[in-house]
Amino acid sequence: MTAGSKQAAPGMKTYVRPIGSWWLRNSFYRWYMVRELTCVFITAYAVILLWGLMRLVQGRPAFDAWRENLASPSAIGFHLLALLLVTYHAWTWFKVMPKTLPFISIAGHRLSDRTIIALGVAGAIVASVLVFLAILLSILQAAP
Amino acid sequence: MESREPRTDMSASSTRTIIIECLRFDPASDSEPREQAYRVPFTDDMSVLEGLQYIKDTIDGSLTFRWSCRMAICGSCGMMLNGRPALACETFLRDFRPGPVRIEPLSHFPIIRDLVIDQADFLAKLESIKPYLIPAEDKSVADGTYLQTPGQMDDYYQFSQCINCLLCYAACPQYGLNRAFTGPGALALLHRYNEDSRDAGTAERMPIVNAEDGAWGCTLVGYCSEVCPKAVDPARAVNVNKINSAKDYFLHLLMPK
Repeated sequence: MTAGSKQAAPGMKTYVRPIGSWWLRNSFYRWYMVRELTCVFITAYAVILLWGLMRLVQGRPAFDAWRENLASPSAIGFHLLALLLVTYHAWTWFKVMPKTLPFISIAGHRLSDRTIIALGVAGAIVASVLVFLAILLSILQAAP
Repeated sequence: MESREPRTDMSASSTRTIIIECLRFDPASDSEPREQAYRVPFTDDMSVLEGLQYIKDTIDGSLTFRWSCRMAICGSCGMMLNGRPALACETFLRDFRPGPVRIEPLSHFPIIRDLVIDQADFLAKLESIKPYLIPAEDKSVADGTYLQTPGQMDDYYQFSQCINCLLCYAACPQYGLNRAFTGPGALALLHRYNEDSRDAGTAERMPIVNAEDGAWGCTLVGYCSEVCPKAVDPARAVNVNKINSAKDYFLHLLMPK
């Protein structure tokens, strides 16, 4: 019996099962753990990016060396994996978004969870496309 | 008492058998739970609860479990069915064909005997959230009732559907890891009263929400809402209260009591 928790009768004999590896119990928990583990890859990605910023401050040769390292197969593999995981994380984030909001009513009609999720996903896609286009445009403009 | 045996009109062709594996625990003789398997004949319309009743009536009268209404209203027969928290009365044996079905008491709760768990911890939490209307001012009967529009009722209605079956607690690893966590069910009911336009007890309930073991004990696993038989969506109630808790915190920074 865990200290502090109530009991039906004082001194009553009960059996408390150990919780053990609860995250392996079902697929719902496993996907939850994948969601939580994505933070490791997202952090690693951010650290690599910050490292690049530091190399940029150190001058052109340092920055070029950093970029060259990024072109290695392992770095590309890591970034693809990080992209996949951050995409999954984004999806889970939008999936639980309605649960983090008070009910929203427009003209007396409650916005359904599906609508909120769809709006979030659509917003993320639009923002991603805009960022991608902006990068593409800047690359094209920089090209001789 | 009505018959709890499978219907006698069932034809031999529609009767099949399934193995039900039960976790058993007798506090008088067992130091830890053991397993016992029963072969149970069943028809397509038999619930898991009816399977257990068949065992108790015809095979082993010592098998202990809670049940009452048989129609997902009383919240008594929550148990782990093949590892998933569910009400035994609204789950069909046919869905586990060819079997076996593994039945255990609700996870995270102390076992009193066989499939019966000790819910005292939850009941204490339920009491702590003041699960009743606390009106701003008392009205006498002569003053009439507290009125409410359908729109105001919508704000809390789904959270009021909780039947205290504790499936959400069995689904919540945070409760399993930390029994001090107020947990999904009690927090959903707390939200139900705070959201009621007739209630003015929010200030009394916020300390429970704001506590480390209140809304912030939740990491949004979300399985509670998945297993809830009444679509209460406790994960929503808990997580909306993280916003309420943050608002409450800043409000008190700006306007200390």
